[in-house]
Amino acid sequence: MTSARKRGFFHSIGLYFTDRDKLEPAVITFFAVVFSILAGVALIFLVSKDPVTSTKNFLLGPVLRTYNFYYLMIAMVPITFTGLALCIVYQAKYLSLIADSSFYMGAVIATAIGIYLPLPKGLHPAVAMVVAGLGGGFIGLLPAILKIKWRANELVSSLMLNYVFYFFGSFIILYFLRDRNQSILASLPFRPTFALTKLVPNTQLHTGFIVAAVAVVLVSLFIYRTKWGFEIRLSGANPRFATYAGLSVSGIALYAHFISGFIAGVGGAVEMSGLYRAFIWQMDPSYAWDGVIVAMLARKNPKFVPLSAFFLAYLRVGADFMSRRGDVAFEFITFLQGLIILILASDRLVNSFRARRLRSDALKSEALARKAAEVLE
Amino acid sequence: MNALLEAVRLTKVYSNGTAANKRVDFSVRPGEIHGLVGENGAGKSTLMKVLYGEESPTTGSILLEGKPVSFSSSEDAIRAGIGMVHQHFMLVPSLSLAENLVLGKEPRRKGSRFFDLEKAVRITEELSARYNLKVHARARVVDVSVSMRQKLEILKTLYRGAHILILDEPTAVLTPQETDELFVELSELRKQGCTIIFISHKLGEVFRLCDRVSVMRDGRMIGTHDVGDVDSQTISNEMVGREVKLGVDKSPAQPGEAVLLARDLSFVDDFDIKMVDRVSFTLRRGEVLGVVGVDGNGQTELVQILAGLAKTLTGKVVVCGKDVTNASPGTIRKAGMAHVAEDRMTVGTALPASIMDNLIADRYAGKAFTGPGGFMRQDAMRQEARGIVERFDIRCSSELQSVGSLSGGNMQKVVVGREFTAEAELLVISQPTRGVDVGAIEFLHKRIIEMRDAGKAVLLVSSDLTEVMSLSDSLIVMSSGRIVAYFPDAAAVTDKELGLYMLGLKSQGEEEIRMVLHD
Repeated sequence: MTSARKRGFFHSIGLYFTDRDKLEPAVITFFAVVFSILAGVALIFLVSKDPVTSTKNFLLGPVLRTYNFYYLMIAMVPITFTGLALCIVYQAKYLSLIADSSFYMGAVIATAIGIYLPLPKGLHPAVAMVVAGLGGGFIGLLPAILKIKWRANELVSSLMLNYVFYFFGSFIILYFLRDRNQSILASLPFRPTFALTKLVPNTQLHTGFIVAAVAVVLVSLFIYRTKWGFEIRLSGANPRFATYAGLSVSGIALYAHFISGFIAGVGGAVEMSGLYRAFIWQMDPSYAWDGVIVAMLARKNPKFVPLSAFFLAYLRVGADFMSRRGDVAFEFITFLQGLIILILASDRLVNSFRARRLRSDALKSEALARKAAEVLE
Repeated sequence: MNALLEAVRLTKVYSNGTAANKRVDFSVRPGEIHGLVGENGAGKSTLMKVLYGEESPTTGSILLEGKPVSFSSSEDAIRAGIGMVHQHFMLVPSLSLAENLVLGKEPRRKGSRFFDLEKAVRITEELSARYNLKVHARARVVDVSVSMRQKLEILKTLYRGAHILILDEPTAVLTPQETDELFVELSELRKQGCTIIFISHKLGEVFRLCDRVSVMRDGRMIGTHDVGDVDSQTISNEMVGREVKLGVDKSPAQPGEAVLLARDLSFVDDFDIKMVDRVSFTLRRGEVLGVVGVDGNGQTELVQILAGLAKTLTGKVVVCGKDVTNASPGTIRKAGMAHVAEDRMTVGTALPASIMDNLIADRYAGKAFTGPGGFMRQDAMRQEARGIVERFDIRCSSELQSVGSLSGGNMQKVVVGREFTAEAELLVISQPTRGVDVGAIEFLHKRIIEMRDAGKAVLLVSSDLTEVMSLSDSLIVMSSGRIVAYFPDAAAVTDKELGLYMLGLKSQGEEEIRMVLHD
């Protein structure tokens, strides 16, 4: 039994190298990563007065200082949640970015619970996560409903709804949860029971990291091991086929979006209870956009989300460390992110590999058939 | 006579690996109307798109007046005097006919950059009078009939200086009266020196209109004839025939009770054309009922209604005693129907998904595969997939390989493998062997007969006449959306006779057709 599993595992790894449909995207992802790092280094050499130190800080910063590494791990948490949320949506072949609203509103809901609900330690953040998840889930449903009922493009409607929910969330904070004794815009302080315990004393690293890890496992199992994940993957692979095979494609899209929103909402709550003592976001942190990069790098496979979240956080922390110690601005990271997305999004690259292969195969088999026909004559 | 436009050994392979044209030779003489016939997917449209510069040939060349040309876009083709009217019109609905006509080459007011509507209207009216194609220059496109839009499309190509016109199935959207009118106008254009390539799969039209006719099948050019020297039987043989004839061994059918009742089904498409017109029949256990007809005569839509992928306007569908009229595909499958879809690439499979996922797509929710908590039993899934892969001889390196990486024949075996193991009482099989290699065809035919002998009811739709005739126990013939003939014994009818019914030249009486109801 175990040995059969193991063989299956190695077999599926082997498939990555023999099945070119899987190998080609993997190669492109690898190129995107390497190329973006090289381009980053090139850019540093272009603008920096001391490029060698800056490059060293950028590439090794996150591992040179322990606190940098903790910082990296903390940075991984929210983008892991949004990355997972977007993986689910992408698996269903939707392009909704509503995870941003789910995350933000999740944080707002958690804030309200953190301030007002008297609950014992441990249970308090857990309740906040579940309620924030439910709220995020229902928000996640909206673009899917609009798409199914009125064929509204889910990318556009989700981007518009993100504004709606951002201002709605700010309104709630401003009018119901604001701490009027503070000069800056902040909510009332959370109850002490709301804070997640620290994983490592004297650092900011909180148990939310564990929650994120558990989420990765659960979402992976959900997508690849349960009936619902199977339905999501199948209807994403070809909705017309799924309908023909008897699946209810719109129902599937709905629960995929609910679960995606749930994950993002939990992420918002984790961020609040893990890092903050009050809601102090002055603007939308837009973790959904980071989630897009993470999900694309992971090729919408939740198993690879931690890896790509690590990569993105590494770039971020490295760039941050470098900018504080040198003359290259932190914003240079956006250039790298743009580059990664460009390379990953260029499906034509994959398709041109594939098209060339298919064309030569077809010509070959046609030539063979002709030869066979000539022999017969 | 010298050729005006020629394709020489032209091969076109699309980026998905489909070879749509295989070493095609095609030549058009100046001043003729040249018919191009063939079934759907025979490669007619691809050939025309290459000639019109919309697609570039993979190998081979195009000669215009004997000189090689290469078009990088349709603009080049238009400049060279070639115009094309697509099956789906390329017009701006909210603009007037005159504006549409001059779009891309607009007349301007003297000394200014502004568009001159009056001049555009004048141009339209002049052209309309000169070529005797009547249009209302000032009306908006949305407000005029389909046939007038088509005339406008033809005028548009003439305005841009085309003297070679390619018409892609122009009559598919027209009523018989409008078709007659179009033919008079096209003959008039020929008199004025235009050369016309006329694509159709309706033979009657080709014989009425064309000077010569070329037949394509399966991406190859089968032959070119003077219309006067050839009869419709020869052409239809060339269109639907297959070089390799396959014999199928089978015992006589032993029909049992009715499994599928189709009563009074109708379907109207987006162009308001009746694709299925009050079709009724009964299918019994242990029999293969073949549906024959030239492609595009309602077979596709009929199957979609039965499978729950299209809605019927009238009547009802009963599968195994359960009324499933306009039910979802899932409900119909539960009632006992399996369906081999006509298009395996876009409907019958999910190409990026694995063979295993494709094979269990209709049964994954059953107890055998889904355990408590919604977790799927991986071992059971593997076992089921391996079993089908073995039984249906699907050539692959692993059941986890994506279906998209398989050859056409093996892809079809995935579809057939799933549907034939679905434990359904009724099998609706559409184009089981289209684009499949000969070895796989024989294999698939044997499986179909096996299913019949196991007591299933089989509805077989195929545009391959030989295939339907050799596999079916009884036959119905469809033409223009209607059942025009029923043959209780498929062995007693010849392909020549079927051809007459398929092309709408002959029709049985009401009484004879009603026999297919078996009540």
